[in-house]
Amino acid sequence: MSQPSASVSVSSAPKKSSRVVALLGRLAALAAVYAFFAILTPGSKGFMSDANTQLMLQDIAVVAMAAIGMTIVIIAGGIDLSAGSSIALAMITTAYVLNLGPEESKLVLAHPVALPLLAVAAAVCVSTLIGFINGALVTWMRIVPFIITLGTMQMARGFAKLVANEQNIYPPAAVQDLWVARLLDPSKTVFTWPFLPLAVWLVIGAALFTALFLRYTRLGRHIFAIGSNEKTALLCGVPVARTKILVYMIGGLFSGLAGVLFFARLGSIGQPTEAIGYELFVIAAAVIGGASLLGGRGTILGTMIGALIITILRNGGVKMGWPQYTQEIVMGAVIIVAVAIDNLRQRQRT
Amino acid sequence: MSRAADAPSPAPLLAVRGVKKSFGATQALKGVDLTLERGQVLALIGENGAGKSTLMKVLSGAHAADSGEMSLEGTPYRPAGPLHARGLGVCMIYQELALAPHLSAMENILLGIEPTFGPLMNWRETRAIARRALDEVGLPGLDPATLVADLSIAEQQLVEIARAVAVGCKVLVLDEPTSSLTQKDVQALFALVRRLKAKGVAIVYISHALEEVEALCDRFTVMRDGETVGHGRVGEVPVDRIIALMVGRDVEDLYPRSPRSAGEPILELRALAGQKFPRSAGLLLRRGEVVGVAGLIGSGRTETLRALFGLDPVVSGEIRIRGIVTSPAGPGTRWGQGLGLVSEDRKTEGLAQNLSIAENLTLSRLDGLGPWGLVRPSRQNAAAAPWIKSFPIKCQGGEQAVEALSGGNQQKVAIARLLHHDCDVLLLDEPTRGIDVGSKAQIYAWIDRLALGDPATGKAPKAVLVVSSYLPELLGICDRIAVMTRGVLGEARPVADWNEHSLMLAATGQDQRA
Repeated sequence: MSQPSASVSVSSAPKKSSRVVALLGRLAALAAVYAFFAILTPGSKGFMSDANTQLMLQDIAVVAMAAIGMTIVIIAGGIDLSAGSSIALAMITTAYVLNLGPEESKLVLAHPVALPLLAVAAAVCVSTLIGFINGALVTWMRIVPFIITLGTMQMARGFAKLVANEQNIYPPAAVQDLWVARLLDPSKTVFTWPFLPLAVWLVIGAALFTALFLRYTRLGRHIFAIGSNEKTALLCGVPVARTKILVYMIGGLFSGLAGVLFFARLGSIGQPTEAIGYELFVIAAAVIGGASLLGGRGTILGTMIGALIITILRNGGVKMGWPQYTQEIVMGAVIIVAVAIDNLRQRQRT
Repeated sequence: MSRAADAPSPAPLLAVRGVKKSFGATQALKGVDLTLERGQVLALIGENGAGKSTLMKVLSGAHAADSGEMSLEGTPYRPAGPLHARGLGVCMIYQELALAPHLSAMENILLGIEPTFGPLMNWRETRAIARRALDEVGLPGLDPATLVADLSIAEQQLVEIARAVAVGCKVLVLDEPTSSLTQKDVQALFALVRRLKAKGVAIVYISHALEEVEALCDRFTVMRDGETVGHGRVGEVPVDRIIALMVGRDVEDLYPRSPRSAGEPILELRALAGQKFPRSAGLLLRRGEVVGVAGLIGSGRTETLRALFGLDPVVSGEIRIRGIVTSPAGPGTRWGQGLGLVSEDRKTEGLAQNLSIAENLTLSRLDGLGPWGLVRPSRQNAAAAPWIKSFPIKCQGGEQAVEALSGGNQQKVAIARLLHHDCDVLLLDEPTRGIDVGSKAQIYAWIDRLALGDPATGKAPKAVLVVSSYLPELLGICDRIAVMTRGVLGEARPVADWNEHSLMLAATGQDQRA
């Protein structure tokens, strides 16, 4: 019965190359932004100076770490506005644990190895718990993630202030010599091992792992399927509820890790009013990197480039001596232009 | 043609006996019987709202039947959900394709049943299984790694069928599979259905198009008002009997055309050209006239209406309304000038699906629905009520969301909007696409009534412009028909000058007269 003559014409498929073009476009944008500031702010105290490069690496580590989690959430068709507050809460938790004990005999002095580990574990647990709450509410209450995470954003911020008693937490000075506080310390020179701050290696490792996870595991492909068409995923037996909860937990976990880095970034202080509005940088990094807020689309590599662009913009603006408002205007414009270009390309493809 | 099922044979592949299903007070299925043998294509026909969708959902396990029995290969069949049904070999292909556009064809085919090594995807196996399934559905040239979003609709549909083939489906239910396919792709789909049939797969083919049923199916089952009202062998029963069964009465005259006379000119296009299409559209429309526009899909008919209505830019040409030249303007202005457009795409453009019937119906003219320009919902509902009653639109009331209605009733809401607005010129783009015969008949009757006018109530005759790809419909309801070919609108000739053959010739550009 077979009638090969009546087969459907197959559309030609130039996808691979178009993905490469997209990546090259982002890299070119990154290079352009970098070159812009490098040329306009020269000198030993300028944008390209070692001190400033180290500063940027520290900022990049925080944004990029949180953006890995955010990318997964966005690919699954969600959004996590609580990321900034989760970062703050994780930072406060880290500081709180390191500050445990009476004034004269802080626990951390007696247990310089165990307590930092405990602090990190506690911070990550707390932020993952927030992720679980996000995921559970989104899944079981069927309320859109924007609203749920808007709520948990406020709550996490409140809890951070509650734990810190509305003050900064200053763990003992000795903490500054422990590894938790030194995650972002620059390596001696750029050419001696480990070349980059430990935290940057952590981010690179996490990014690689996550990218492979998304591409090569069943769970990773299910995350794309849910973001692309949740009903279909359900129809095909994908455990949608469980996967979505897991996705928000992963998002929370990465916010927690970013919070630990932020603790080191602030010089081993817990500051409950820091990282306000950070979720917007993190979301912007993912979106500039090509993630679609409608779900189903996004890459870790793109997000990393997005995080670099965002950080360079913020830092470069400061180095240029731009007032806050100019920085904000430029940042907003860059986000819109980046997404507009992406949209145009998408439309051309179809 | 009997109400009883066909003679019992030893254990049919799928048997449905006396299945009933209610949602609250409404009884969607009042008793459905059907049997299906291996290697058989069964046409399931009936108007929208006859219960076909509900039956599909019961078969797929999305809904549980209230009573009745189903058996698959002689054993009781009680699917707990779509996934379970799929596992048992009963697969559905819905009109709205269930694919994840951002994933590759192979991932879609094996979604939920991915071969793995522990947590890792086994890509080699995934590709191999998908390759075999794609070969089987007639896509041997398609790379399984192609993203679904990059495929044509026809290819996407085949990928979805490949998903059913990959799990070794025994019963395949196709819901109006040809509604968005080109003629060539329809032939490919038919060839595929015949191949599957030869392999012993049983197919339930849901369609409005009786020509397709005649070409493809072995038997038919007609549903009306939640019941199966007839079975038979295709070819043994004349088509008009089947239609009569579907509608529940004889369709004496599906296309009413009262004697009417053309009045004053109300809309004139002169060499209207848009950015790509139309290239040149000229037309004179008078009160009391129904003018049809035929042509191939993609010939620029919809674009002509859109340019006229201000949805697309006008590059050159002239639009005269009531004899006065008007500059290109937006849809708001056109509504104000007494024009109204029904979009060909009621799902995404024509109607706000999650708003109520009343809100959709009054959207273009909200004035007079409350003091100081405010809109009172109660007045909105009151304004919609007469149209709901007189059309009639089958619904629970004006507050009901449009998305809950059948396609035919949705289309009636879209047309009733123009009636509420009291438009003088009705631009109808594919007004009966994908809707049931009963709703079609009602819409044709309204078109006739509007073009006739009603001197008793002082209603002046309206002018109606109908774009349609269904030639019998154009020949049935229009006074004059013009054919669009590659962006150029030909002369509108009296309907007596045309038949289906000459319309097709003109549409494909082979008509010497045009």
